[in-house]
Amino acid sequence: MTTEKLTYWQRNLRLIAKCLIIWFVVSYGFGLLLVEPLNTIRLGGYKLGFWFAQQGSIYVFIALVFYYARAMNKLDEEFDVQE
Amino acid sequence: MDLKTLTYIAVFGSFGVYFAIAWWARAGTTSEFYAAGGGVGPLANGMAIGADWMSAASFISMAGLIAFLGYGGSVFLMGWTGGYVLLAMCLAPYLRKHGKFTVPEFIGDRYYSKAARIVAVGCLIIASLTYVIGQMKGVGVAFSRFLEVDYGLGLGIGMGVVWVYAVLGGMKGITYTQIAQYVVLIFAYTVPAVFISLHLTGNPIPQLGLGSTMADGSGIYLLDKLDLVVTDLGFKEYTTDKLGSGINMFAYTLSLMVGTAGLPHVIMRFFTVPSVKAARASAGYALVFIALLYTVAPAVGAMARLNLMSTIEPSPGQYLVYEERPQWFKDWENTGLLKFEDKNGDGKIQYTADKEKNEMVKIDRDIMVLANPAIANLPNWVIALVAAGGLAAALSTAAGLLLAISSSISHDLMKGVLTPNLSEKNELLSSRIIMTIAILVAGYLGLNPPGFAAGTVALAFGLAASSIFPALMMGIFSKKISGTAAVAGMCAGIGITMLYVFQHKGIMFIPGTAFLGDMEPNWFLGISPNAFGIVGAIINFSVAFLVCKITGPAPAEIQQLVENFRTPKGAGAAHSH
Repeated sequence: MTTEKLTYWQRNLRLIAKCLIIWFVVSYGFGLLLVEPLNTIRLGGYKLGFWFAQQGSIYVFIALVFYYARAMNKLDEEFDVQE
Repeated sequence: MDLKTLTYIAVFGSFGVYFAIAWWARAGTTSEFYAAGGGVGPLANGMAIGADWMSAASFISMAGLIAFLGYGGSVFLMGWTGGYVLLAMCLAPYLRKHGKFTVPEFIGDRYYSKAARIVAVGCLIIASLTYVIGQMKGVGVAFSRFLEVDYGLGLGIGMGVVWVYAVLGGMKGITYTQIAQYVVLIFAYTVPAVFISLHLTGNPIPQLGLGSTMADGSGIYLLDKLDLVVTDLGFKEYTTDKLGSGINMFAYTLSLMVGTAGLPHVIMRFFTVPSVKAARASAGYALVFIALLYTVAPAVGAMARLNLMSTIEPSPGQYLVYEERPQWFKDWENTGLLKFEDKNGDGKIQYTADKEKNEMVKIDRDIMVLANPAIANLPNWVIALVAAGGLAAALSTAAGLLLAISSSISHDLMKGVLTPNLSEKNELLSSRIIMTIAILVAGYLGLNPPGFAAGTVALAFGLAASSIFPALMMGIFSKKISGTAAVAGMCAGIGITMLYVFQHKGIMFIPGTAFLGDMEPNWFLGISPNAFGIVGAIINFSVAFLVCKITGPAPAEIQQLVENFRTPKGAGAAHSH
């Protein structure tokens, strides 16, 4: 594998890792593991932990997918591997 | 106009639209039949994925589950959306770059093995067939309740409709029909939700209404009121009630996410877009379209529960007199899904968590979405719309699943293994014949559901999570995993998952054959059978790595193949060779 291709793949992996950490934190972290302490905080009528489990995590998922798509399109161009 | 006429207009009007689209989008080549010719834009594909994904379970059952599980229902909300993050980053772009028609074909290429391809076909058929039975049941139920036709006849009409557009148009017809079905189902889902949210909280946006104060002037937040009402009657607090243990919720969510990313009928939708870039974008659009329903569902669930409670007990200690019950109550009693038993003989309805005193002896969860418009006194056209929406959800998912099944048989088993000399024309003909057979089998199973019908949808996720997902992940992220290792992993993963489900739920779910009993103390780490897919996936990964260590890595040309699909450059339309 050429070094350029290797760097491209490693940059992709780092990006995926970054996104999946956020993915894990908002759903499994805020929505499940830390739900009880977060529920002491209110977001209007919502308990915060409950809100993350039933609303917030889904919004973050959407943002992550679009962020990843944009970042990868840029990376493709930087390494000249776009279609 | 009366409700029945309106419902007929809504349902058969929507069928007319699907037929017109099917005629316009007929498939003439295998490329069109399997991958819609590779020319579907990301926005259109996102919408089609939305309809493909959201089944009768999402449309009818999910809000009802949340209504009675409260916070515990979060596993479905996060699990069925979070999988798209995995799909968008870890699977879709590379599978699209490789550019083949089916999931087993990718597995066969990557693992340079016909055996791996055949095992993948087996896993795909088991997962998809269990899923499609649930859709067929949904079609039959929707017809029998809303149009008052016989369950079997309703099922037959549904099969006929799917046959017309799926067999004629293949992936191309299914794609454009699904776009129409998405519009019907999302409209049907959100309109009643907006009305109910407006009525209860004064806020027309259900996602905000759920976090608002009640419109009755009391100033109390809707969720606080719901917590109060349910705990007064002895039920667990709505916003904190867990589904089993913490670890069970964790495993359940993870199983649903991984299963979502491994379901072949969703993955194959990514073969229909023209480029890798479009594959990444369509995952994002798909999630937006899915979230439109999934963020409304918790509001529908909570508000339906509150409406139900306040109908039965308008204020604390004041119970509804049975003779004065509303019309919807009588209608659902007729179906047997709602049952009242006057235990203390006072002619009033007492609804409580105490089993000895509770007089609402049966409230089927599925009626919450279907009865919701009537409970909230919404006009008849809204109820008619819900019927058309439920059917759109069931039919669109059924069509996607049937295509996944028929393409894996005609393309992977026949063209790929048994009869490689099949001409394109004959392959197209044979996929149409197999699709017809698949529809008949699915219809038969919907009419005579085997013992396991109730557990089917959840089982499909466990099976996909434990077999297909790990094989695809290892194929993309490791260059070394060999064919032998992948086959061993898939067999171990799906085997252990089926074993665990059967030992607790009965062999093929036949009651009495469960050899460990369906009891929580016997569950591994307190994980329910429905949540076991993730354990199966971990076993799949471990076995594959171990076998690879012993038998050696994949050959050099395969490592080259992996490098090739990791970069987007040079992706043409999906092709067969």
